[in-house]
Amino acid sequence: MSISKKGLLATVGVASLSLLATFVTTVAPADAAINCNKIIGPGYAQLKGKTVTMFTSILDPELSKYQKALASFTTCTGIKVKMEGSNQFEALLPVRVKGGNAPDIAIIPQPGLLAQMVATGKAVPAPAQTLKNVNKYWSPGWKGYGSVNGKFYASPNSANMKSLVWYSPKQFAKAGYTVPTTWTGMMALADKMAAAKQTAFCGGIGSGGATGWPATDWLEEVVVRQFGGQVYADWISHKIKFSDPKILAAMKTVEGWMLNSKYVGDVKAIATTTFQAAGLGIPAGSCMMLQQASFYAAQYPAGTDVSKNGDVWAFYLPGINTSVKTPVEGGGEFFAAFSKRPEVQELQNYLSTPQWAINRIATAGSGGGWLSANSGVPLSAYKNPLDQLSAKYLADKNSTFVFDASDAMPAAVGAGTEWTQLTSWFADGKSSADVAKAIDDSWPAQ
Amino acid sequence: MSTLKLANANPGRKLFSTRFATIVVWTITFLWTVPTFGLFASSFRNKQEIFLSGWWHIFTNPHLTLSNYHAVIFGSSSSTLSDGVLPYLMNSIVITIPAVIFPVVVATMAAYCLAWVKFRGSDALFFFIFALQIVPIQMSLVPLLQLFTGGAHIGSITIIPKLGIAGHFAGIWLPHTMFALPLAIYLLHNFIASLPRDLMEAAYVDGANHFKVFRQIVLPLSVPAIAAFSIFQFLWVWNDLLVALTFASGTEEVAPINVKLASLVGQWGSGWETLTAGAFVTIAIPLIVFFSLQRFFVRGLLAGSVK
Repeated sequence: MSISKKGLLATVGVASLSLLATFVTTVAPADAAINCNKIIGPGYAQLKGKTVTMFTSILDPELSKYQKALASFTTCTGIKVKMEGSNQFEALLPVRVKGGNAPDIAIIPQPGLLAQMVATGKAVPAPAQTLKNVNKYWSPGWKGYGSVNGKFYASPNSANMKSLVWYSPKQFAKAGYTVPTTWTGMMALADKMAAAKQTAFCGGIGSGGATGWPATDWLEEVVVRQFGGQVYADWISHKIKFSDPKILAAMKTVEGWMLNSKYVGDVKAIATTTFQAAGLGIPAGSCMMLQQASFYAAQYPAGTDVSKNGDVWAFYLPGINTSVKTPVEGGGEFFAAFSKRPEVQELQNYLSTPQWAINRIATAGSGGGWLSANSGVPLSAYKNPLDQLSAKYLADKNSTFVFDASDAMPAAVGAGTEWTQLTSWFADGKSSADVAKAIDDSWPAQ
Repeated sequence: MSTLKLANANPGRKLFSTRFATIVVWTITFLWTVPTFGLFASSFRNKQEIFLSGWWHIFTNPHLTLSNYHAVIFGSSSSTLSDGVLPYLMNSIVITIPAVIFPVVVATMAAYCLAWVKFRGSDALFFFIFALQIVPIQMSLVPLLQLFTGGAHIGSITIIPKLGIAGHFAGIWLPHTMFALPLAIYLLHNFIASLPRDLMEAAYVDGANHFKVFRQIVLPLSVPAIAAFSIFQFLWVWNDLLVALTFASGTEEVAPINVKLASLVGQWGSGWETLTAGAFVTIAIPLIVFFSLQRFFVRGLLAGSVK
């Protein structure tokens, strides 16, 4: 029995050692003489020794860039920010909030989840200064997605821009094409390409378990371009059904575009091509244009010249109905708070300022990839030219900004039947009426 | 007569000693090990090679590197973790050891009482504890978290005050202890109840009280069962992700290594190479525990299963 006694002793030893080690690894923020007024802006109180916890779905390496960008805030105000990233965020946040263990601030990517959190009664409306900043710097569309039942809760964090068409400036120059600025112009260009035996549009909606999502974007882009933001919002809330004549008309437009074999070649192949591979033929000219979000740039192999006159570049997907002003579709995250403590509100205020966005953009470096729809951020803050292009449309206060509808609809539809039904629209040639009916039937009862 | 013959022939041993059976067993063992070996092989390849070709190319093109292990243990600015997993590994140890000791101590004493101290309703109590095993852990997450953060009240009367331990080590030890107890008490009760009655009675006659019997007779005799259960509990707590994610926050101060491991692939799913090495760093400690306590494991595996 002496062995087990020794073992127990060793165990206790290890336990106390490891306790010691955990204390040792806790680090304090570095201090540096910096001009706080310039870096984070004026008007912040000193709240030394306070800590704000943040919970997010963002993981490393992005997460450490957030921590780096927040370091100056900690130095200037004394408020420490503890960030926790988890890929189980969407499942964990409701559990923690209902259990009374909510983080001070959660970075929520889905407006639907924000509404769910507000419904628990634990979310706290944004402080007055944050509201003021958001009114000043963001378009009403963005503010709307951070509000629930007319009350403003969450200021926007980063944004991504979906209304882009990828093309090759070199190929366009070779064939003498110009970038279209209207929808009819784009279709006329596609006709020209078809006459020249070129494939006008590339397409791929394959994405493993999420196959079909690029097709939802195509439909969303057309819905907002044809009918504007109000119809789009009613469509998300199912006041307007998929089988509504308006949505069917939008589907017809998509049929004349991405389901048109004259432009895309084999329509069925779009369902089996992965979205990553869809536009890889653009530099070589095997297909000419691809509607895809700003993050598609990452798919091109190293050495591809992504610039205005290079191998690939993107143009803004033109509008259809002139009464809808600069329709832009995108996604983003929102800072929702669950505490009214002064240090939390101070951080909320800071996160709604252009200074924060500029500091965060600076940590992204020349590769870029972090966009803000904050109109107070000068375009020159972006080091990456593609980011500049996207930011121009995102931060336009006169634009009609709409959030990715499939992210805002109930998950059973937006991440379920809409994907599968639109896939069979492409793969099996299912009629748009049947597709619309199947999606409507799957809408969860209230 | 015939039944007796069958029992004597030991059909199990005969079945497994044929050549055919040996081949089957080896084939299954091989197939079972292949994925783990693939992960192991990948952990020695660099990122480029992992993405471009399958792990079996390690045989034809052996460019072995320890860079993944270096990145996982010491951190690297280019990968999905900047500081390495050592703080998290320490957290795992700090979480696991008390979460094994607490239920073992409580369960051994409870098992002795339920088995040898006769009191009214002891059988019903044992049955009740045994039945608690059917409560799924997922169902109790939110209520338990509410208890930790808000306490329990009936009307305006506070039954349990706010414990405020969510997000701290105690907030992880306690749920693990709670969820382990029903099975621990059941296993140890059946083992302790099967100890020879004469031994206890002799001790009682000599004037020993319950505490003395427990310490000097029951405890030494139960070591195999206790060790076996400790291994079970150690592996369960070490491999747990759900309780840690719910009750600990994922920060460096308290999060165990599994929480870190789950996020190693990174924001864009590009951190595979550190995941492979991270997995083997995580496995290392349970392996040490398993092999050092293995001799108890074989003896104790049957603990309480037959009376």
